[in-house]
Amino acid sequence: MATYSTNQFKNGMKVMLDGDPCSMIDVEFVKPGKGQAFTRVKLRNLLSGRVLEKTFKSGESIEAADVMETQMQYLYNDGSHWHFMVPSSFEQYPADENAVGDVAQWLKEEDMCDVTLWNGNPISVTPPNFVILTVTQTDPGLRGDTSSGGSKPATLQTGAVVRVPLFINEGDVLKIDTRSGEYVSRAKE
Amino acid sequence: MSAWRPTADLDTLRERARIAGSIRAFFASRDVLEVATPLLAAAPVTDPHLASLETEARIDVEPSTLYLQTSPEYHMKRLLAAGSGPIYQLARACRDDESGARHNLEFTMLEWYRPGFDHHALMDEVEALLGEILPDTTASRSTYREVFQRHAGIDPHTASVAALRDATRRLGIDVDDLGDDRDTWLHLLLATVIEPRLGVTDDGDLAIAFVHDFPASQAALAKIRHEPGRPTVAERFEVFIGGIELANGFHELTDATEQRARFESDLAQRERLGLPTVPIDERLLAALEHGLPPCAGVALGFDRLVMLATGSDHIDEVIAFPASRA
Repeated sequence: MATYSTNQFKNGMKVMLDGDPCSMIDVEFVKPGKGQAFTRVKLRNLLSGRVLEKTFKSGESIEAADVMETQMQYLYNDGSHWHFMVPSSFEQYPADENAVGDVAQWLKEEDMCDVTLWNGNPISVTPPNFVILTVTQTDPGLRGDTSSGGSKPATLQTGAVVRVPLFINEGDVLKIDTRSGEYVSRAKE
Repeated sequence: MSAWRPTADLDTLRERARIAGSIRAFFASRDVLEVATPLLAAAPVTDPHLASLETEARIDVEPSTLYLQTSPEYHMKRLLAAGSGPIYQLARACRDDESGARHNLEFTMLEWYRPGFDHHALMDEVEALLGEILPDTTASRSTYREVFQRHAGIDPHTASVAALRDATRRLGIDVDDLGDDRDTWLHLLLATVIEPRLGVTDDGDLAIAFVHDFPASQAALAKIRHEPGRPTVAERFEVFIGGIELANGFHELTDATEQRARFESDLAQRERLGLPTVPIDERLLAALEHGLPPCAGVALGFDRLVMLATGSDHIDEVIAFPASRA
């Protein structure tokens, strides 16, 4: 297995720590002018999402994690798994609840997503920044009702619930920012 | 951004030049002579924690293997031994394996020597110079022991390796076992726990924190002081501002025999650590045998001083072309 030495450390590097794949999110080199150098690293555990901090003596090595991000098309959900496909090879990958989590609410069939694979298995899914989804349920907007700040909840075809302006009706097609979970605009089908 | 462009903006480079001008005026007014010494030297430092870059020259010079200097210290001491009197230099220095927000492969060091000064007299002068570059900063002096007691709750002169390991864990530093070398643990605590808290006032403003009287095991090229009933310490100081290590100074070791013993001890440690062996600087030792006047000397990171003066967070913001764009 490949290893990385402290002088190769950089943001985004994927390494194994205590058996879990982690991504470096901050790398700081510290060294007393006369003395041992250290590298302090903040890492995100790619399975739990937890951020931890670890200090390495310069020259130490750490095992690389076989982690890669691949663009895949979301195909369907079979009740327990979400299935993704690499369009060029038609290779399919089933992702479980742990990998998909809250992202499930933004997954629309045929959309392209970034799927992170560890040892060939999906461990996380990043949806497109913007998705186009149809409103399946929302109450009729009442003009002049400003108590709710001029917005109301709407349920979308994927099950996601977002705040939308009062003029939105069932059947409307909306553009949603998946990073904030916020309504952006109406969209053409 | 295009890789041909400088990483520092031009206003910062103008400020950098202005600070260099102030430094030269400061030393001119005090009759300290500006000197220039080789960047390529026949012998590098022996310090196991400093990595020199080496190169081969094709001209007829013996030895032909030359080392890019990690500091101009040895050559400046040869000038002092030759009777130069007080000297300073804004020198380029190179250190391999050092890269980060405060480290670039090559950097600028302000180094000066004062015959007849001890480390306290030199701290006074460092304070005077910094007062001109960073007005309105207050200065304080603490011993190495005091800062460890204050910020890490241990006595660095007496704590066992087990106690240092416990302190590290208690202070939230997650590190694999560093072994039985006390100094390695002390370096870790200094760099990760203590340094970030030095040179910062309660209001979060910059201040000048001098730390002096280091453990004798970290003397480097400083005199060692023995006093009955007190820990033996090195007459060495460091300067911290805004959590940044800015300068390191010594009441200089002048004894050639002791200097040779320290070089050899460094080489033995290099061998234990599996580091490349390096030649000892016989020309420096010959100068010490001839006679180095009693003096104090200090090296100050000029790029870091410009960072502090301009409020920059990364060294790349104060140098035109860092190693990544060289």
